[in-house]
Amino acid sequence: MTTPGRLTRRFLRTALQAIPTVLGIVILNFLLLQLAPGDAADVMAAESGTATEETLAALRARFGLDQPLLLQLLGYLSNLAHFSLGYSPRYNMPVAELIGQRLPGTLLLMATALALAFVVGLLLGLVMAATAGRWPDRVVSVLALLFYSIPGFWIGLMLIVLFSVTLGWLPSGGYQTIGGPSGGGPAEGLAALLDRLRYMVLPATSLALFYVAIYARLARAALLEAQTHDYVRTARAKGLPAWTVMTRHVLRNALLPVTTMAGIHLGGILGGAVVVETVYSWPGLGRLAYEAVMARDFSILLGVLLLSSLLVIAANLLVDVLQAWLDPRIEAS
Amino acid sequence: MPKTSSPALAAAPPLPATANPAAGTPAAAPRYGRRALRAFLRNPTAIAGLVLLALVMLGASLAPLFYPDDPLGMVGRPLLWPGRQWSHPLGTDSLGRDVAAGLMHGARISLLVGFAATCVGLSLGILVGAVAGYRGGWLDDALVRLIEIFQAVPSFILLVVLVAIAQPSVATIVGAIGIVTWPTIARLVRAEVRALRSKDFVVAARGMGYGHGRIILREILPNAMPPVIVTSSVMVASAILMEAALSFMGLGDPNTVSWGSMIGAGRELLRTAWYLTALPGLLIVVTVLALNLIGDGLNDALNPRLEKDS
Repeated sequence: MTTPGRLTRRFLRTALQAIPTVLGIVILNFLLLQLAPGDAADVMAAESGTATEETLAALRARFGLDQPLLLQLLGYLSNLAHFSLGYSPRYNMPVAELIGQRLPGTLLLMATALALAFVVGLLLGLVMAATAGRWPDRVVSVLALLFYSIPGFWIGLMLIVLFSVTLGWLPSGGYQTIGGPSGGGPAEGLAALLDRLRYMVLPATSLALFYVAIYARLARAALLEAQTHDYVRTARAKGLPAWTVMTRHVLRNALLPVTTMAGIHLGGILGGAVVVETVYSWPGLGRLAYEAVMARDFSILLGVLLLSSLLVIAANLLVDVLQAWLDPRIEAS
Repeated sequence: MPKTSSPALAAAPPLPATANPAAGTPAAAPRYGRRALRAFLRNPTAIAGLVLLALVMLGASLAPLFYPDDPLGMVGRPLLWPGRQWSHPLGTDSLGRDVAAGLMHGARISLLVGFAATCVGLSLGILVGAVAGYRGGWLDDALVRLIEIFQAVPSFILLVVLVAIAQPSVATIVGAIGIVTWPTIARLVRAEVRALRSKDFVVAARGMGYGHGRIILREILPNAMPPVIVTSSVMVASAILMEAALSFMGLGDPNTVSWGSMIGAGRELLRTAWYLTALPGLLIVVTVLALNLIGDGLNDALNPRLEKDS
C-alpha cells in the first residue's frame, strides 16, 4: 500500500474512534453547565439590574430553559454545531469569539514551551544515557526530579524576582512593549519579533521546566533501550566513533517514543498554561479561564474546557498519524 | 491492551520510566515484598525522600503545639523580614500574620489534601479498573470510553471548573482532585487485571468455586498492586501541586491557610517582600520532591528489571 493511502486510512480510522469520545466530552460539558449555579436567565436578570419572577419565567421560556433536560441537550448540540458556545455578559461578546481571540496567544506559548522542553530534555537525556550509572547521570537525574517537583507558577514568580526585579533584564509580564520597544510607536519586523521574544522567555521557561524533566527521563530510557539492539553492536564493531553511533544509530531510533509523547502532553501543558498565564498576565486562554473563575462566568469556563479538550483530541489524532508515518510497522488495518 | 489503542487514552501519564513495573508472582509474594523493602531501604535517594517527608510531617503535627492560635490571626508588626525578631523567626506578612505559623499549618492542609485526594482517586480507579478488566465485554468497552473521555479533558482545567462549581472547601477540593486523577489508576489496574485474570492461580481459584468478589479482592488485586503503589506516591505529589495551584488562583478553602494561598497573597508584594512567596514555594518543592524520590525508590525496588540501567 502507498504511504499516503496508508496514512489516510489510519487517520480516518482513528478519527472515527474519536467521535464517541468527543460526544462524551460534549455531554460532560453540558452536565457541568447544568450543575453550575445560575442559568442564562439569572445572568441576564443580573445584567439588567432588576427582574420579576414573571420576566425570569418568560426569559426561561424564550431560551428553552424550562424544557426537559434531553431537549436542552439537543439545543446545546445544535448550538455547538453552529459554533456557538453561548454569550458572555461580562465581556459583552460571544464566548466563541472571545476564545478565538485568546487562542493564538496560548498556542504560541505552548508551542514555544514544548519545543524548549523537547530540546533541553533531549540534551539532558543524552548526557544521562552517555554517562549512565556514573555521577553526571545521577546529578542530572536528581536535577530532573527537582524540575518535576517545582510548581510552574512559583518558579515563574521566582524568575520574575531574579530577572525582572533584581537584574532588570526581562519584563515581568505582558506580551509586548506598549508603544514599541524604543518608545517611538509600534515596532516592525525584526525589532518587534525580538521584543515579543523578550516577553516570551520567562513564561515559556516556567511552563517548560516540568516537561524538561519528563523528556529528559524519557529520552534517557529510550536511548538506553535503543543501545541494546544488535545493529548498535554491529556499528560499534565496524569501528564507528562512539559519537556517530550515538547520533546516527541510537538517537534516531530513540526519537520515536519521545516525539510521540509530545502530543500526549498537550492537555497537561494547557493546564499549566492556565496558572503560568495568570502569573505573567499573558493574554491567552488560561488567563481568560482565570478571569472567568473570578467572575464566576461559567459559559466562558466551560467553553475553554470544551475547546481545550477538542484540542487535545485533535493533537492526539495528529500524533497517531505522525507515529504511523515515522514507523511504517504500525498497521493501517 | 492492544497495540493500536486509541491515542486519547494516553494523556497525562506519570513520569516515564516509572510506569509498568512488573507484577510479582503470587507464590513468592511475601518474600518478594521483603526483598523489595530491603532494596528500597538500601537506596540512598529513597531514604532522603523519606527523611524529608518525615520532617514535613513532623512540622505539620507540631503546628498546634507551637502555634495553637489561628494562623490567620494578626500577631505582630506587618512585613517583618525573616530573622529580625525572635518571636517571629520567619517574619510576618502584609497583615502581620506569622509566616512560620502559616507554613506549619499549611503543611497540614497540603498533606491532608494530598493523601485524601489520592485515596479518593485510588478507590475510584481501582473499582473501575478492576470491574472493567475482570468483566470484559460491553462493560469494559463502556468504562474504557469513560476513561478516554476523562483523559482527553485537560485535568487542571476540569479541576478548576469542578471546584468553581462546587464552591471551594477542603472537601470539594479533595473530591475534585480525586475525580480528575482516577482515570490514570483505572487504566493501570485494568491492564494488570486483564493480564492476571487468565493466570493459572486465578483459574485454579475459580476452579475451587470461589466467587468473583473473592477472586478479585484476594487473588488478583494483591498481585496488581506494585505499579499502583508506585503511581500513588506520584499521585500524592501531583495532588499537592494541584491544591497549591488552585489556592494560588484563589480557589482554595477560604477558611484555612495553605501554601498556595500564601504564595497568592505574597505575590502582590513580590517586589518588596519576596520572602513571602519564596518560603511557602520552597516547602512545596521539598514535599513534592520527597514524594517523587520515594516514588522512584519504590519503582526501582518493585521492578527488578530496571536495576541493570542504574
